[in-house]
Amino acid sequence: MRSLHQFHGGIHPPSHKAQSTLLGIAPVPLPAKLIVPFHQHAGEAAKPVVQVGSRVLKGQIIGLPDGHISSAVHAPTSGTVSAIGMHPVAHPSGLPNLCATLIPDGREQWEQHRRFDYRTRNASELQQQLRLAGIVGLGGAAFPSDIKLRIGRRQVDTLILNAAECEPYITCDDMLIRERAAEIVKGAEMLRFIVDAREVLIGIEDNKPEAIAAMQRAVKDEGMPFEVVTIPTIYPGGGAKQLIRVLTGLEVPSGTLPPDIGVQSFNVATTYSVYRALAHGEPLLSRIVTVTGNVRQARNYEALIGTPIDELVALGEALPDTNGYIMGGPMMGLPLPEVRVPVVKATNCVIAASEKLFPLQFPAMPCIRCTRCVEVCPAELQPQDLYWFSRAREFGKAQAFSLFDCIECGACSYVCPSHIPLVQYFRFAKSEIHAREKDKQAADSARERHEYHTFRIEREKREKAEKLAAKEKAAFAAKSGTAETQPQHVPSDLEKSREHIREIAQSAVEHTEEGAPK
Amino acid sequence: MLSALLVMAAVAVVLGAVLGFAAIKFRTEGNPLVDKIDAILPQTQCGQCSYPGCKPYATAIAAGEAEINRCPPGGEEGIQKLADLLGVDFKPFGDDTAAPKPKSVAYIDENTCIGCTLCIQACPVDAISGASKQMHTIIAAECTGCELCVPPCPVDCISMVAIGEQITNWKWKYPAYALSPSSRTVDGRVSQ
Repeated sequence: MRSLHQFHGGIHPPSHKAQSTLLGIAPVPLPAKLIVPFHQHAGEAAKPVVQVGSRVLKGQIIGLPDGHISSAVHAPTSGTVSAIGMHPVAHPSGLPNLCATLIPDGREQWEQHRRFDYRTRNASELQQQLRLAGIVGLGGAAFPSDIKLRIGRRQVDTLILNAAECEPYITCDDMLIRERAAEIVKGAEMLRFIVDAREVLIGIEDNKPEAIAAMQRAVKDEGMPFEVVTIPTIYPGGGAKQLIRVLTGLEVPSGTLPPDIGVQSFNVATTYSVYRALAHGEPLLSRIVTVTGNVRQARNYEALIGTPIDELVALGEALPDTNGYIMGGPMMGLPLPEVRVPVVKATNCVIAASEKLFPLQFPAMPCIRCTRCVEVCPAELQPQDLYWFSRAREFGKAQAFSLFDCIECGACSYVCPSHIPLVQYFRFAKSEIHAREKDKQAADSARERHEYHTFRIEREKREKAEKLAAKEKAAFAAKSGTAETQPQHVPSDLEKSREHIREIAQSAVEHTEEGAPK
Repeated sequence: MLSALLVMAAVAVVLGAVLGFAAIKFRTEGNPLVDKIDAILPQTQCGQCSYPGCKPYATAIAAGEAEINRCPPGGEEGIQKLADLLGVDFKPFGDDTAAPKPKSVAYIDENTCIGCTLCIQACPVDAISGASKQMHTIIAAECTGCELCVPPCPVDCISMVAIGEQITNWKWKYPAYALSPSSRTVDGRVSQ
């Protein structure tokens, strides 16, 4: 029996998980149209490679990864691309983003894909395969998995499968393990093969006994030396750094990543899609989504990426007093700007909200410095100080107090007796700092370009002067006797282009007066 | 007496040598204050401050020849930063400076462009690509929005387009408090 460790803080919100685990995973009927965003992952958006009107096959790449951190996007079924344009997406801003609209033909015609043995390929080939299969973290952050598998500064000893699923209401990983544990175990072996890890730990919270039993059975059946570890239920025990702490006792230092301490973790649903990609050559086309909250029948559905969320909640039959929808859990999820946004790779759960489930909060009151937020903060920060600095827009100080170690879990907001939306302040401060850094980079690049511009102009001037001097010298030499090498006046390139400009500008009659170069 | 004089002289020589060495070794090229000021300026190179670029304006500020409130693209935040750096009072924009505008990039109407290259010569950051009698286009990622390319265009085909709020540059807003319990707070969905 492995001795477990503890992370600082944490809370115990009501789990609300039982209601959506009564029925098995159900497929979603093929929707009339699918809206596939090109930016579903952390990093750069995929670059569209299909045109309006193209016929695409199921699994065909419609967006290629563009940039270092990026991932491919695929057609979830066969059909015709009817539009590529801006469409509302699940984003806190409510702003639209570039999406392809696909009208399915109902034939589910696959693009050619084949099984192959991953053991015959090397790690970098497999990473490339995952990148082109569009595999990203399905726990919610949607970080491209191939990047996490790159060999870092040190060897990864421990591979962790994250099946904690600590956030209330969400049960998609739980149901996936109950029904498809064998595939997850095979996927874990593939990930272990790529990073060449020594041990594999599967962390599951103790409020999911069926999943724990299913996983233990699968590990035994597959004959793998993996360890299924039951961990105590506490929010946010499924945070990567928190889970690593609980399972290994290691702490990921501020500003570093888990591989720097020899650990890497993957969500179980990601692991399942890694298996589909490497064993069957199938890209990530669908995912399990929990539909729960204020619905007649809460359940998990296997939905194609791009399924409009309104069609998904229609299956669960939202009750009449539903007043909004949340994508993700109640702690970290985002209220949907509208319900016709599509399911994306990060959509693990859709909660129908109502007054009864999420009562109105009292208005925020002044901070009384009770430090209850400090007690629950899993990142061991001082949220009340961060709040103070963010509120006063003292971003430098907020950064000095490790603002960027905040995982935005919302535990501090949850316990705050003054009902202060602490996480909102931290998000505000983080995005302001990011914007400033971006502006700074733009200014630095503009400075560099301007300096080069001035340097180039100076150089051209100097070269011209030198040429002129040489010419004068030659002319002088010609005058004083040796007349045979008289140079002709050859107009320089610059003079030629000036001549062009004058011609063109004069031909533009209506602007001659005010626009002609002097 | 003599030995004391010699000791003092020797100490003086050694210290002098150290100082002399330090003066050469740690010599600062140029005025470091100019670089600090230049780092605050937004590098649009627009010349709205009446100086031909950000560096000349920074030099003028460092020399005490220019006010700190001459840079509209830097906004009031820029003035505040300059005031903090130089230890002077914040000074709002005067009536003679243009009002700060939202960030925008130049856009060339490619149907109208005659390929005269005048805008290319005007661009301080080489953000326009094109050649004589060839269509020109703006490299939007490098455009600082200085508007210097607009006046030279003989056919008025360049316009400034505000970037506006997009998903790529969207920022979380300063949290808004609900004033009464009947209106929902921004974070008012924590399960009870």
